[in-house]
Amino acid sequence: MNVQDPVRFVAKNLRVDLQLIAAMIAPATRVLDIGCGDGTLIEELFTTKGCDARGIEIDMAEVTRAVAHGLPVMHGDADSDLAQYPDDAFDYVVLSRTLQAVERPREVLRQMLRIGSRAIVSFPNFGHWLVRWQLLRRGRMPMTATWNRMWYETPNIHPCTIRDFFDLCAQEGYGVERWFAADEAGRRAPWRRFPRLANLFGEQAVFLLRRTGI
Amino acid sequence: MDQPVALSDQPHQHVTFADGMALECGARLARLTVAYRTYGTLNAARSNAVLVCHALTGDQYVAETHPITGKPGWWDQVVGPGRPVDTDRFFVICANVLGGCMGSTGPRSPRDGSAGETSTPSAPTPSPPWGTDFPPVTIRDMVRAQHRLVTHLGIARLFAVIGGSMGGMQVLQWAADYPDMVFAALPIASAAYHSAQNIAFNEVGRQAIFADPDWQGGRYWVSGRVPARGLAVARMCAHITYLSEQALTRKFGRRLQTAPKDSQEAISLFGDMFEVESYLHHQGSTFVSRFDANSYLTITRAMDYFDLAADHGGDLASAFRGTRTRFLLVSFTSDWLFPTAESRSVARALNRAGANVSFVEIASDKGHDAFLLDEPDFHRTLAGFLSGCAAHAKL
Repeated sequence: MNVQDPVRFVAKNLRVDLQLIAAMIAPATRVLDIGCGDGTLIEELFTTKGCDARGIEIDMAEVTRAVAHGLPVMHGDADSDLAQYPDDAFDYVVLSRTLQAVERPREVLRQMLRIGSRAIVSFPNFGHWLVRWQLLRRGRMPMTATWNRMWYETPNIHPCTIRDFFDLCAQEGYGVERWFAADEAGRRAPWRRFPRLANLFGEQAVFLLRRTGI
Repeated sequence: MDQPVALSDQPHQHVTFADGMALECGARLARLTVAYRTYGTLNAARSNAVLVCHALTGDQYVAETHPITGKPGWWDQVVGPGRPVDTDRFFVICANVLGGCMGSTGPRSPRDGSAGETSTPSAPTPSPPWGTDFPPVTIRDMVRAQHRLVTHLGIARLFAVIGGSMGGMQVLQWAADYPDMVFAALPIASAAYHSAQNIAFNEVGRQAIFADPDWQGGRYWVSGRVPARGLAVARMCAHITYLSEQALTRKFGRRLQTAPKDSQEAISLFGDMFEVESYLHHQGSTFVSRFDANSYLTITRAMDYFDLAADHGGDLASAFRGTRTRFLLVSFTSDWLFPTAESRSVARALNRAGANVSFVEIASDKGHDAFLLDEPDFHRTLAGFLSGCAAHAKL
């Protein structure tokens, strides 16, 4: 995808990124993929794991493509549509590289862990060394492969770092069942035991959260 | 517009249930006739049946030349071999709604419940039609009549129920009343209740019919003069609501049309006539040759009564609680009769019920009528959704 295209966020590195997420999901479970795009993950989960996977997507062209491909996707957005679902409607609720673009990230996370017993969240890490370096050296908003839109047109209104996200999970009482940092292509990075290193060298992070008390 | 052509009586394929049917209003029809058409072949497992529900002025002639108008079927771009609802794959059923005028029991049917549209040679004198005494029917009554037909055809579960506008209301009613009989439900350009604005437009149409002296209190069969002018005006008014400002501008703009030289009547009071006026006159006058005024009154009323949530304690989600049906809702950007917000609220209610729901808004400037027209994105969406469902149904 051309970076000039008016997309919500940077192009998703679909295969690798989504495969890492798919690997966290148990077979034959109920999954909601928020910001599912053309439904690649949903299709993967249905065909290879027999999951009842559904999607929500804000971009109507993507929704049409997904439904025309036979996938259960509805037009909607994370900020306003999650409240409609009943408690415990899903085993997993997935939010792939969209958290930083929603209006109320904390509320979206709460809704995810209300309607699902587990949440899988991936987001681009604003703590990556190159982002820090560019801001420090040039004193201007960073432009990297991951953060590739100018500040005045980026949909990413709530960037955070891996350490910020750990803090939020602690504050909200979410259990971090698994987590890892990855590079832009979605390859897993080896700093799993060291959040500070991951925060410096991971271009994105994937978290598997669970509601505490279950 | 001034040449009243009475709706001709001609036989339609039908089934008659001699035990009749009780209606929601408490009245009972002594006999129930359901006129219908089918396309394609029912498979051995009887699992590939698709029920198409028609809209207010539609009928059962979905995908074939209409016997009265000679025009192509009203959804022949959607239903047929290789079409989104593929008759090479699915067995498609469409029934004329209860209260209609294409062979199903309605205001034109004989009041005593004798053989319906087809006159039996043995019947001594034909009973007078119901006219305006036909009991008020509801969308649920229409669906129950369709249910009788589907059961009569030996089908225990429909693979899909699909319909636009009032047809979509029937789809929602099917999914709510017979969830185990509906694998997939596709309400298109529809809503879970008829809005105040839509009731208002229907009332204008009804008043136009009442105001026609030829309506004669609904007993127009006595004089043989049908309320063609009133019904045509009703159709003209309704037709505007099926289009959009963009569509009217694109098709007609402000262009004037000049009167043909040998025209009997002045083309209009003002000398000239806008093309859009001429178009509406044409829509009105062709409509009366295929529709019955009392049926129009009956069916518009049924739409007005429709409020699925009200039948479930005011909570639309509870109409669908526990459903395993897969839903596809489709709306069109320029549809102001059944706007996207109404489809979205149905989608959200289905989410609250935990249902499997797909929801797409198709970009189109053609207004409500878009669901009947050539909209490639819509057709692709329908075809893809049905294929996806077929995979899940192991069809």
